Amino acid sequence: MNELSASSRITYRAVMVRPGVARRIRGLSDRTLAWLFITPTIVLLLAINIFPLLWTIYLSFTNYRANRANVPTIWLGADWYQSILTDPDIWAAMQVTAHFVIWTVVIETVLGFGLAYLIDKKFRGHGMWTTIILLPMMLSPAVVGNFWTFLYQPQIGLFNYVVAFFTGRAASSFQMLGDVTLSPWAIVIVDTWMWTPYVMLICLAGLRSIPDYIYEAAEVDRASKWRQFWSITLPMALPFIMLAVLFRGIENFKMFDMVNLLTGGGPGSTTEVASITLKRAAFESWRTGYSSAFAIILFVTVFGLANIYVKALNKVKSR
Amino acid sequence: MSIDATPSIARRGLADRLLRRGPLEAIATTIIAVGVVMLMQPLSLTLYSWSFATTLFGTVMFTIVSKVRE
Repeated sequence: MNELSASSRITYRAVMVRPGVARRIRGLSDRTLAWLFITPTIVLLLAINIFPLLWTIYLSFTNYRANRANVPTIWLGADWYQSILTDPDIWAAMQVTAHFVIWTVVIETVLGFGLAYLIDKKFRGHGMWTTIILLPMMLSPAVVGNFWTFLYQPQIGLFNYVVAFFTGRAASSFQMLGDVTLSPWAIVIVDTWMWTPYVMLICLAGLRSIPDYIYEAAEVDRASKWRQFWSITLPMALPFIMLAVLFRGIENFKMFDMVNLLTGGGPGSTTEVASITLKRAAFESWRTGYSSAFAIILFVTVFGLANIYVKALNKVKSR
Repeated sequence: MSIDATPSIARRGLADRLLRRGPLEAIATTIIAVGVVMLMQPLSLTLYSWSFATTLFGTVMFTIVSKVRE
């Protein structure tokens, strides 16, 4: 009883210390309170995302160079856009990006769906195998890039020895990262190794969302396993597969860190994906206006793909 | 007094079919996809040159039509 009265006294004193503030806060509407809470986030978003975007759009129409900030800026109109969109070198970088995106997405989708189909069968120890398969996805791309550089070493790299074991070629007779033909495939292999588990997770979610009664009805109709797969499993998991394809497509379109660590765009420009070209233009040639225009072109492409992604996501949600 | 309702019903049906969010979003999505393919294809520099305009048009169209009624 005494304790209760003591706590009541403390509460009473606490309220009485600054009656004005307490009354003012109590008097605020829910809407005002909501605005108070989200205002810091909105300010941060405007400062970090929206303002740099608008500034980049402005710079893309000028001759601004970040290493010569004192030189007067001249308005160039759409000159940089015209220059980029008629440049065969940038077009070549886009084709390198396309090679990387298409092959990684195709291989990751096939392997990811296959693994998800196997894991969904709930065999003995499937939990442990799921954890083991998911491990590469949890690593940092910087770590992955560094240790695959060691794995691809022609003298001491494990990858070369494994290939030598199966093909009979000498381990030091080929360089995955130094060869013009092999290096685009080297980055595809690393990305596939790292991100197939992610595709597997999404596909697994799709497979687990298919109700059992549909399969039971198919069993009653004496449908074969093959027919069940093509008529039930694949169509019902398709929105999830589309989601994985779009997400990996967008991520790989703007891939930078892993490619930069593995090959840096080389040898020559055989693995120079769009983001590497952008980095070189922005921070090696210091063509800030030009690289801003290039960044806007890439941004519009990613934004467009993200719209398709959101549409696919809504389709999945509505199921 | 006679009321001929057939033409107006037909017009409304056509407008309803075309000016809904679903089909318009599908058209915008297709334009975006075509723009992305044009950007990364290895066949024609002219197609590459027009890819940005196509993607931008599709993206703006998608943003606008996503506000249209269902």
